[in-house]
Parts: sequence; structure tokens; C-alpha cells
Amino acid sequence: MYGKGILKGLSVTLKRFSETYLDDIVWWLRGKKRYYTPEGVAHRSSKNTRGIFTVQYPEEQLITPEEFRYVPFLVYDEGADGKREHRCTSCGICAKVCPPQCIWIVRTNDPNTGKPVPEPKEFYIDMDICMNCGFCAEYCPFDAIIMDHNFDIASYDRNVYNLEKLSKPASYYRQIRPLNYQKNEDERKAKEAAKAAKADASASAAAPAT
Amino acid sequence: MTAPASTQILDLAARFPDVVSTDARPGFSGFIVKKENLVEVATALRDEFGYDLLSTVTGVDYPAENKMEVVYHAFRTIGGPGIVFKTQADRVEPIEVPSLINVWHGADFQERETWDLMGIKFTGHPDLRRILMWEGFEGHPLRKDWKEAFFEEETKPFKSRWPEGNHLYAEFRNPYRDNLNFPSGFDPEQYQPQTEDQLYFSLERSSIKPKDADLKTDSIVVNMGPHHPSTHGVLRVAVELDGETVTSLKPVMGYLHRNHDKIGERNTYLQIMPYTDRLDYFNSMANNFGYAITVEKLMKIPVAERAEYIRVIMAELTRVQNHLIFIGMLLNDLGTLYTPALYAFEERELILDIFEAVAGARMMCNYFRFGGVVRDIPDDVMQKIKDLVHDRLPAKTDEMERFLNENEVLMARLKGMHVLNAEEAVRNSVTGPCLRAAGVPYDLRRADPYSVYDRFDFDVAVRYNGDMYDNYLIRFDEIRQSLRILEQAIKQIPQGPINSQKPQYQVRVPAGEAYGRVESPKGELGYYVVSNGKPNPYRYHVRAPSFINLTALETMCKGNKIADFVALLAMLDIVMGEVDR
Repeated sequence: MYGKGILKGLSVTLKRFSETYLDDIVWWLRGKKRYYTPEGVAHRSSKNTRGIFTVQYPEEQLITPEEFRYVPFLVYDEGADGKREHRCTSCGICAKVCPPQCIWIVRTNDPNTGKPVPEPKEFYIDMDICMNCGFCAEYCPFDAIIMDHNFDIASYDRNVYNLEKLSKPASYYRQIRPLNYQKNEDERKAKEAAKAAKADASASAAAPAT
Repeated sequence: MTAPASTQILDLAARFPDVVSTDARPGFSGFIVKKENLVEVATALRDEFGYDLLSTVTGVDYPAENKMEVVYHAFRTIGGPGIVFKTQADRVEPIEVPSLINVWHGADFQERETWDLMGIKFTGHPDLRRILMWEGFEGHPLRKDWKEAFFEEETKPFKSRWPEGNHLYAEFRNPYRDNLNFPSGFDPEQYQPQTEDQLYFSLERSSIKPKDADLKTDSIVVNMGPHHPSTHGVLRVAVELDGETVTSLKPVMGYLHRNHDKIGERNTYLQIMPYTDRLDYFNSMANNFGYAITVEKLMKIPVAERAEYIRVIMAELTRVQNHLIFIGMLLNDLGTLYTPALYAFEERELILDIFEAVAGARMMCNYFRFGGVVRDIPDDVMQKIKDLVHDRLPAKTDEMERFLNENEVLMARLKGMHVLNAEEAVRNSVTGPCLRAAGVPYDLRRADPYSVYDRFDFDVAVRYNGDMYDNYLIRFDEIRQSLRILEQAIKQIPQGPINSQKPQYQVRVPAGEAYGRVESPKGELGYYVVSNGKPNPYRYHVRAPSFINLTALETMCKGNKIADFVALLAMLDIVMGEVDR
């Protein structure tokens, strides 16, 4: 019969159409909300999703996975008196590895001795040029530069971020990337423990000699 | 599992003793052919030795040795490794090399590209115009002595960023703060804008005149694009029409050209990786794959076992989503506005969610590193991949087939509409699903296995009619085969490290050349990299499948109606990021 294929195809459309409302009713009967709730968004991006699929940005937002990366920021630890202790030592690996070359770092020199101090004086990232590749965060040996999750940064001007605008506390880092943060902390602790053990060993090795 | 076709090592130098010599430079391979005898040797390669598919043509500039080299890679469509042969010319204008367009028609666009970017003239090429740059462009950008407008330094990292830390935009370096370079002796008063006469002459030259000339008709020229909703981006096609019939056709491209090759030669090896994402932006995983295996070939490093499987999983997932998009967008081009396209996008979203969770970005994945991948697949994501591969994607592929395959309108439109036959496809160096739909079972995963593809049980999807309906159905076949590979890869994936190397931002690459290729969803994606031992490649070239498949567009469309043009173009599945590079 001519037109059978079309009808068969339309039955798929009809099924999809009805599934949306069916799902709405099922959720409503269960007393749950399918729209504008994190649960609803999570369901709509799971393998069981049926019917309508759309996430109504900006009222709803997709759940960003931990590894999601969008423009870098600099991590600082909060010192005792609220002082910002930047983890960055201005080693320049991020500036060297950056593919579009959008990182500029001005190093600090000690005013008395003239020797470089491991802290950046100025740190600029041109966010219009940044291609969000994540190399800077990946190759930073001090976990000082991390990729952010905040992606709606559109503006009318050039987005050149300076040190002030780039800095975010370590607590923020822990909040957006808990697993990575934990991994870094563990690594750091392990390193410190190894260092202490080495110091102990060398101290004990040195002790009989003296 | 079938073993790849065995091939004895071909000694071209013994066959042509005075003409051909072996390339003896350390790290290099293949043969150097005297340019006077190039056509003779190439014809023998094609007819006697069976190298019927010309993969790449590209140039390398050696100003220190005062010569230019043209590198050819040819393969057999029955599979097996290929042959590299080169020809050299003195670097004195005019630099001339005979054209191979009569041996392999697939050399057409590639020779034009080499002429455009390197300034090597191919004598005997009937239509040697610029292809990516515009007519009237000054210079040849891929030559080593050509500098771009905001030229800073030969290689990255730039000193102004580190260690100097100058905070200065590129445009501030220029007194007029604009991106202009004038040729020496340029007089604005005398300037005449370039016309496109060359294009239209060429269109007229290749025109097929209608046979029954009882009624005298005028032909008209229509420019489809660059802003046409169905040209998949900024492709412009100049079409000559006789009534509704296409009598001649020339694609015009370069509107998205950014000279990917030159950017690559500035970058360090690692820095190229995110740039490859932007070639075929639907399949960044496949692009990463090709580049990673090429540099691994050069570095002679192994890949971690687990990483190989992760790579295969990612490459096959990207193939599934690419073919789904193809089907959706084809229906869009045929006039079924958006319902099939959005059904396809649903599944694609779920696959992109996986990429986002693993690699960090939905499209610009930047996931592969030399020797492995960036990070392991988290357990919850692995579970999601399993759910998709075992439950959702097979069911949704079935649903898509139920939805469309038997639709009478679609069948009337697609069935019997000739795209390419096997001979035309091979002659034009067409690769990928288009070639397989024409009856040539040439799939690199089988023909020249890379990574761990030789461990999986799958069939090469092939169909024999070469019409649009076959080209459409073969995408479903490939999705099913990809799902088969995915099922096996998920089952077999071992535990272990995900990179055989220590993470390092500066890799040491010994001098030499390598050509790596993968079966990207669009066709054969190849990378040709020449290293001179420095931190950045000496020559970096991408064999973009979309670009080379476009060579066949003229053959496909001539004699057909203009209304079918959009559908025929859709069959090639082009992405402008890759065509223009």
C-alpha cells in the first residue's frame, strides 16, 4: 500500500509526542516536578529520557560534570589573617604551554636583593583569545591554575582578566571539583610525608656519623 | 577476522633505475622521483602496481637547501600499506612540477592547494587557480619566508608572553591598528579590485554542452552560497545552468581559511592538539586520534593498553553521533524541517554528555595525548556508556530506521539517484562512506589497521548501488558496526595506566617524517608531519577528507537537476572547518 511507510514513520512521531505528556502525568502522579528542578534536568539527560528533551536555559541549566572546563582561574589559599596566598609561583609553564598564547605573567623581584620571588606581580589572561583547552591547568605543577565552570561570561568589552579578577579561593575550587581537589590534597600530603620521611632518614643517617 | 592484504615491499628504484632513488635522509622513507619522469612513474604505480588511490599531495619548503619538495602518498584500495614518493624542484621561480591530474584525478584540489599555499606550479593542470586564498593574494603563505600580518616570532612560546610578560595586544603593534599587509609598491590610487573572471572562465571551460541543440538556450550562472542554508557553512558553489540542468560546477572555498598548517608549524607538538579539534568540529575525537598516532609514529613510543581501548571507544562514539547528524541534516536538506534532525540531536546530546564528563568539553575535546589520553573514564561515565551502547542507541537506531527508511517520499527522492560509482569515487580520491556506498570495501580500520582495531570483530559496511539511498543507508550500517565495536571494546577494556609516558608539555620528537591516517567518520583523515628535531614541527599538513571528497562534486552534479544539488552535496557530508582549514 502506498503511504504505509509514511504512516509507519508518523507513528514514531506520535509515540514521541504522547510520551512527553505521559511522562508529565507519571511525574505529576508521583508528586515530582519534571521541569525547573535539578532532578528533572538530570532525568532528561539520562538514558531513560523520553519525549521532550529541551533544557530551558537559563531557567534550567545542564548539570556540569566535574571535568567540564571553561576559562582558567588562579587559586589562592586563605592565610591566617585573611591574606591571599597565591599558589602560583610564576614559573611560566602555563604561559609557555598555552596554544594561543593568551597568558602574560610579570614576575616579582625582591626590591632589596633583586632576585625573583615565587609570586606573580601581574597575571593576565585574555579570555577572548583563550580556547579553553585546559593545558595550563593540566601542566601546572602547583595546582595553582584551574579551569572554571562558569561559562556565561559574555560582555560588551574585551575580557582581559587581571590578577584580581582571576583569583578565586581554594574553597571555590573544592566546591566545583571535589574529586580533583581531594586528589591534589592527597598528593600534596603524600609528598610532604615523603619529604619528612626523607628528612628523618637523612637525619638518622647523619646522626651516627657525627 | 581477516588479515590485511599482504604486500611485498615495492622496490621502485629497481624498476626505474636511473629515475628513482631511495630517500636516504634519516627518518625519511619512500622514493625520490626525477620530476621529468614523474608522470611515467605515477602511471606505472597506478597501472602496474595497483596504487589506485592517491591519498595526499603536499609540498615541503626547504629554503636552506634551496629546493621544494612535493610529497605524494598513494594506497591500494585492496588495503595494505602505501607508498610515499617525492619529487624535488629547485627553489627558483617558476617552481614547476608536472601535474598528476591525468593519473589520479583526486590530485585536482590538492595540487591547487599546493600551488596556492606553497607556490609550486603544476604544469599540465587545466585549472590551476588559487583555492583557499583569494585571487590577488600576495605571496604563498606556507613558504618558510612568508610572514603573516601580526608576525611575532617563528615559533611559540613567544618571548613577549614569557619571560617578558608584556601586556600588549597584537593590533597595538601596528600603527594603524588593523590587520593589513600591503605589497611593496602598492598604490591605492591605481588599485583595481580583482574580478573573478578566472573562476567563470574555468566554469565555462568545463561546461558540458547539451546534446540536442534544437532550441538555442542561454546558460545562466548561479552562485550558491557562501550564505546558503544548505551548503553546510560558508561553501560557495558557482553553478552554470542550462534550464534546470547543471552543466558546470566549481566549488569556491576558503571563507573559513585560517591556515591551519602554518599555525601548526608555529606551535609545539602538544599545542597543535587543541587546534585539531577545530578541523572537523563534529568529530574532534577522531581528529585527535589521527594526530596522536602520527606523532607517536615519529616518536616511536607505545600507547598504554587501556588508553588504546578508550581511544577506540571515543572514536566510535563520535562516529555514531556524526552519522546520526548526517541523517538528520540530510533530511533537513531534503526539506523535512527539523523533526528528524532533532531526533538525531537527542542521541548526540547524550554522547556529548559523555565527552563532556570525560574530556571536559562537548565538542572541543582535546582529549588525546602522545602515548595515551588525558584522564581515565570515571566509573559512572563508563556505566553511562554501557547503558547507551547496550540499551539506548541500538533501540534509537531502530526507531530512526522505522521512522524514515520506508517513507515513500524519501525513497522517491533518494532511490536511483546516482551519486558515484566505484571507478569515479576512486579516481577522485573519495574516501569514507561515499566510497563504500559505491561498492569499494575500503575502510582503514580493516585495510590498514591502526590502534587496536585488529582485535575487534566487525564488518566493513558496504553497499553496491552507489545511489543516494545507499549512501543514506550505509550510515545506519556503520552505526551498527560501530556499536558492535563498542560492545566488544567495553567488554575487553583492561585496567591499567592511561598513558605510557610521563605528562610533559614539551615532547622530544626525533627528526623524520610520518604519515598517520585514521578512518574518520567523513573519510580518510591523514596527517603528514616532518620533524627536524626541534620542539615544533617543520612541516605539518592535514589531509582533510571533506576537502578532498569535494573534488568529486563536479562529477556528481553535472547533468543533474539543480534541485538535487543540495542533496548531492549533503551526501559528501562536508564540514567547512575541515574543508577550509
